[in-house]
Amino acid sequence: LSQMSKQLETFRTHLEAFASKHKQEIRKSPEFRLQFQDMCATIGVDPLASGKGFWAEMLGVGDFYYELGVQIIEVCLALKHRNGGLITLQELQQQVLKGRGKFAQDVSQDDLLRAIKKLKVLGSGFGLIPVGGTFLVQSVPAELNMDHTVVLQLAEKKGFVTVSEIRASLKWETERAKQVLEHLLKEGMAWLDAQAPAEPQFWLPALFSELHGHEEPPGQP
Amino acid sequence: AKIVVHLHPASSNKEPGPFQSSKYSYIKLSFKEHGQIEFYRRLSEEITQRRWESMPTGQAMQVNKDSQAGRIRAVGIVGIERKLEEKRKETDKNISEAFEDLSKLMEKAKEMVELSKSIANKIKEKQGDITEDETIRFKSYLLSMGIANPVTRETYGSGTEYHMQLAKQLAGILQTPLEERGGIMSLTEVYCLVNRARGLELLSPEDLVNACKMLESLKLPLRLRIFDSGVMVIELQSHNEEEMVAAALETVSEKGSLTADEFAKLVGMSVLLAKERLLLAEKMGHLCRDDSVEGLRFYPNLFLTQS
Repeated sequence: LSQMSKQLETFRTHLEAFASKHKQEIRKSPEFRLQFQDMCATIGVDPLASGKGFWAEMLGVGDFYYELGVQIIEVCLALKHRNGGLITLQELQQQVLKGRGKFAQDVSQDDLLRAIKKLKVLGSGFGLIPVGGTFLVQSVPAELNMDHTVVLQLAEKKGFVTVSEIRASLKWETERAKQVLEHLLKEGMAWLDAQAPAEPQFWLPALFSELHGHEEPPGQP
Repeated sequence: AKIVVHLHPASSNKEPGPFQSSKYSYIKLSFKEHGQIEFYRRLSEEITQRRWESMPTGQAMQVNKDSQAGRIRAVGIVGIERKLEEKRKETDKNISEAFEDLSKLMEKAKEMVELSKSIANKIKEKQGDITEDETIRFKSYLLSMGIANPVTRETYGSGTEYHMQLAKQLAGILQTPLEERGGIMSLTEVYCLVNRARGLELLSPEDLVNACKMLESLKLPLRLRIFDSGVMVIELQSHNEEEMVAAALETVSEKGSLTADEFAKLVGMSVLLAKERLLLAEKMGHLCRDDSVEGLRFYPNLFLTQS
């Protein structure tokens, strides 16, 4: 154990030397951060586990990600009334960058993913759903199982989905499709357009990429 | 003085450049002060020699292959392009140096991981013949490095000195905010509150959770509570959610029925916690749910009270 203590000290010194040369790099370069994170993962080290860890203390990686976590929580809360707690990674990135202001460091989607993975542990339902090559970020403790996920993925192309489409693409029975869609409606993640020409359409506000308004969220209690 | 340079029409396989075409067939160079003689001499020389035709074709960014390093004179567009190229190479060099250093650092970090594994194995072999003191030390080493505890596989460094301190701090910081919010806050709210206040040296989500897990055992006036849904909250010890349920029942009865959103607005709580309270009331048998596409609505449980 004392051997570990000694080696720890040596390592700390190396890390300090590294930090004095490259700390700026980490703050400024998303590519460098990505490399750094990947390498840590490969050897079995989690630099974001604790604010008291060497990595956080000396490289300042911690503060960057933990603050990002706060910003992510705030953005999700502000938009929840509109999208039911589902938001695309891209929209999240835009909103977070907007909130950070002109002079803040750049934030990559990888940065957001890592911050979100850490937020899961707080128990308020943060999760990632893979759709169409990117992710939907869930920020409410709603139960979303495989069926829901796969319908979300189907809806991703056009922003909405219908019962017929689900039956055609997924080969499900009407009842199963309806159940999934109703659950999404209940959770506020889908909106029903009952006046659509052929049959009711279920729209996902999370996927409205072009329709961003500059709306104000209603005052939160 | 002026020099007029007449141009041939562009060939059909012209390389892309600043202009694809022009309506003029000449360039007029105007010399305000002097220099035209020298310029004319060098220009004629270059046009005769046509050195550019023997250079490798390609993007305009292609720098000449002279092995002579050294200062590159900024002359015209080519000069600007060369400078950009040089800067890019410099940045690349910095980055690759950074990556090299990073790799070396990771090698050393890997050694630490191996060492911690071998120590963990020795601990297992000794079968608990290790003092509590040593366990605490080991855990804090793991915490510093960000390595998962290989012995217990529990969350990193839970139960370290650091987390104990943190728990005590939190008890101090959160007392007033909790009172202002009716005695209960979700862990995400706490995370934001505490980190916003800190500004620097922020807490990781794991730090927060680990510290909160120790609140009860340290007999602090707050506790961590985990609802069935997995939602985690901090409550004042004096807070009694079950009592709040009785109040909730009254509110719902007054209004006939309420959704989580409506209840939240009425009472001034976050929707997340409002929902949890209504769910708890349901679990205790005081409320019934009406689950439809219009949302989840709660009614007083008349089956119980009016049977």
